[in-house]
Amino acid sequence: MPSPRDIDPSTPAIRFEGVEKRFGDNVVLQGLDFEVARGDRVTLIGPSGSGKTTILRLVMTLEEANEGYIFIDGQPLTHTDEGGKRVALKERHRNEMRKRIGMVFQQFNLFPNMSVMENLIEAPVHVLGLSKADAVERGRELLARVGLVDKEDAHPSSLSGGQQQRVAIARALAMDPEILLLDEVTSALDPEIVGEVLEILRDVARTTDITMLIVTHEMHFARDVSNRVMMFDGGRVIEQGDPETIFTAPTHERTKSFLSAVLGT
Amino acid sequence: MSGGWNWQHVWDSLPTLLEGFLTVTLLVTVVGSVIAAVLGLVLELLRRSAPAPLAALLTFVVNFIRMTPIVVQLMFAYFALLALDPLTIGIVVFGIHYATYMAEVYRAGIDSVPQGQWEATTALSMSRGRTWRAVIVPQAVRATLPSLGNYVISMFKDTPFLIAITVPDMISNALRYGGDHFRFTEVIVVAGVIFLIASYPTSVLIRKLEQRIAFTT
Ligand SMILES: Nc1ncnc2c1ncn2[C@@H]1O[C@H](COP(=O)(O)OP(=O)(O)O)[C@@H](O)[C@H]1O
Ligand SMILES: [Mg+2]
Repeated sequence: MPSPRDIDPSTPAIRFEGVEKRFGDNVVLQGLDFEVARGDRVTLIGPSGSGKTTILRLVMTLEEANEGYIFIDGQPLTHTDEGGKRVALKERHRNEMRKRIGMVFQQFNLFPNMSVMENLIEAPVHVLGLSKADAVERGRELLARVGLVDKEDAHPSSLSGGQQQRVAIARALAMDPEILLLDEVTSALDPEIVGEVLEILRDVARTTDITMLIVTHEMHFARDVSNRVMMFDGGRVIEQGDPETIFTAPTHERTKSFLSAVLGT
Repeated sequence: MSGGWNWQHVWDSLPTLLEGFLTVTLLVTVVGSVIAAVLGLVLELLRRSAPAPLAALLTFVVNFIRMTPIVVQLMFAYFALLALDPLTIGIVVFGIHYATYMAEVYRAGIDSVPQGQWEATTALSMSRGRTWRAVIVPQAVRATLPSLGNYVISMFKDTPFLIAITVPDMISNALRYGGDHFRFTEVIVVAGVIFLIASYPTSVLIRKLEQRIAFTT
């Protein structure tokens, strides 16, 4: 398996091909095709229940598609096409693919039984095989980056929501992911601390070339960090383009009404 | 046997009662609890990860042990394994019997770990083994400590059943003293008080633990 760093840069980081996802009888995504180029920052917008979270969870392999294929760096993620037959790939393969992908959750999901530093070094040490000393050093750099240098021995439960989410961002970055998935990472936070978390993500966007797939209701943030916005409705992409165009001159009626509802205009 | 409380019997019986308490009652409780806590966790992890037929067999055995009285199990093991020393049999039977209860406690504890914790381990590409060891089990055990503690107290209070297999615990020493002196009142009361003195701090400790867990999670 080629390492992510020596893949042809023109290969999309993420590609969906005819993806269908059902929950029982509820068809959430149908015939979904889209690509995210390497280094792209793509924001998914759309009404609640349109399947944005599901897309992120499919990429993180937290859900499995019922039909179609997902490719990461051109390699199949969970299923592959073998002579017209859809074949599930082994857990070992999936886990290799997962190492390229990080995710930050709405509810942070820090490990409450570990200190902040233990949260940060658990996977680098036990998954990537870093030495503990190296992982701690990297952990400290990341804590500095998210403005929490003095919190390495703290317990997640003693931190505010905003601080916990910053640790969660550091934890995802500690794995040096090629792709970062952000699912409404500020929705569980009090309005006055949303800014501190978004500021860190802006900084990550500015200073790294990580491919980002973002779900957010913070339209200013989406505008600042993303180079493409995809509007979802009814399990499909109904409109996409650069943020300036989508936010100021949407063509689709559904996009217009969605945006005026969110932006309150 | 005639009336009146005789303090002399209290002082005279105390050494043999304490000896039975320390060398049997406490020993069986402590070692039995450790066996039960570890074996209970192993049983529950096996039940979750074993192939369906084996898991079903395990569930059956666990239910069977839970549904029969411990005194019957003690007597069965005693007569089936006459070659073994009764104290060892007592410890092992108590350990296994309570392991089946603790397995159930662990099951609830594991189920109480939020889905988001599993998802975070997936997002970090953690292996199954590491997920269990570093994330799920520590959180599950923490959530179950009070219930596990209550079973330790139950086990402690069940130790007089050891009399059925001739192990000289505190109660059988009390009865022997009583038989020798034709006085049972004092020794039985003293034995009861010793049980109370030992269980009460333990239950207070468990309550403290419960409160601490409630505050920090
Ligand atoms: N685990 C699940 N079980 C059943 N239905 C689900 C599950 N997850 C999501 N859904 C359904 O899928 C649809 C899309 O959900 P979601 O991807 O969360 O939308 P969004 O993030 O755009 O609000 C919704 O109708 C939701 O009820
Ligand atoms: Mg969502």
